[in-house]
Amino acid sequence: MDAMTHNLPAAAADPVTFYGTEVTSRLLLGTAQYPSPAILAEAIRASGTEIVTVSLRRESGAAKAGQSFWQLIRDLGVKVLPNTAGCRTVKEAVTTAEMARELFGTPWVKLEVIGEDDTLQPDVFGLVEAARILTRDGFQVFPYTTEDLVVAEKLVSAGCEVLMPWGAPIGSGRGLNNPYGLRSMRAHFPGIPLVVDAGVGLPSHAAAAMELGYDAVLLNTAVAKAGDPVRMARAFAAAIAAGREAVIADPMEVRDMAAPSTPVMGRALLGS
Amino acid sequence: MKIIVNGEPADTVAGTLAGLLAELELAGAIVATALNGDMVRAARREATPIAEGDRVEILAPMQGG
Repeated sequence: MDAMTHNLPAAAADPVTFYGTEVTSRLLLGTAQYPSPAILAEAIRASGTEIVTVSLRRESGAAKAGQSFWQLIRDLGVKVLPNTAGCRTVKEAVTTAEMARELFGTPWVKLEVIGEDDTLQPDVFGLVEAARILTRDGFQVFPYTTEDLVVAEKLVSAGCEVLMPWGAPIGSGRGLNNPYGLRSMRAHFPGIPLVVDAGVGLPSHAAAAMELGYDAVLLNTAVAKAGDPVRMARAFAAAIAAGREAVIADPMEVRDMAAPSTPVMGRALLGS
Repeated sequence: MKIIVNGEPADTVAGTLAGLLAELELAGAIVATALNGDMVRAARREATPIAEGDRVEILAPMQGG
């Protein structure tokens, strides 16, 4: 057998679909907090991601930082998922989404309505209302939510075809705070693409999310704030691919007691 | 005329939102605009007058998570 063919990852033929758009990489990467634009670009390339999150901020006449950033993203040829980060009311989030749609030319929006400052926990009531308004207006909403099933149901009723529950508070790096809740969500919405968004700190956290059957992982700080963001981007790509492969491979069942893996039959008797 | 641009007090002689962008050397820039909290589409900027005390937001693509 050709060794090269043998080593090809099966994940290459395993796309995920968000609102009719197929992507192969199951890593969605944020673009904030990198040491430099060059390292950001290199990390995006190393991650293999096809979707990056972006934002809208005030442009100053002199610096025009936004223009060069946008050029960099366009040169990389990745899809953008604009966010409504920092929005605290439905009105703010909806207006920001409308401005993002015009600016980035995409109906996609990562909808954030923040309800609490210490945890940056979503205001799920505002989130559902904003999602309803935006989907009615033709947006394809990726809601940043919690693992609450009732909220998730209401988001789906509002027209969301993707759900993005948090792993842990944004930027905390704590990993999956509530694996049971995330597992319940996966079981409850077998047909909806689910993305763990926020709180992931290590590649093992991302692999764990994938092993729970999640379709993708969205992260930013874990890569941007690593000592070597490019290398960490590569590590996350490998972990997410591994977790996905594991789910497809159908893991063994956990048991309480030991079960010898080496055959017992034919064992020599060597004691006195 | 005194207005607020991106949260900062500003003086302008521009009569429209498009005129203000030109004054700020952002005429050709990729930006989205809002006037007093409501979005103004690019196509509407020429026809959108600005008045004393107006709050203008000029937003550009930026890094985000």
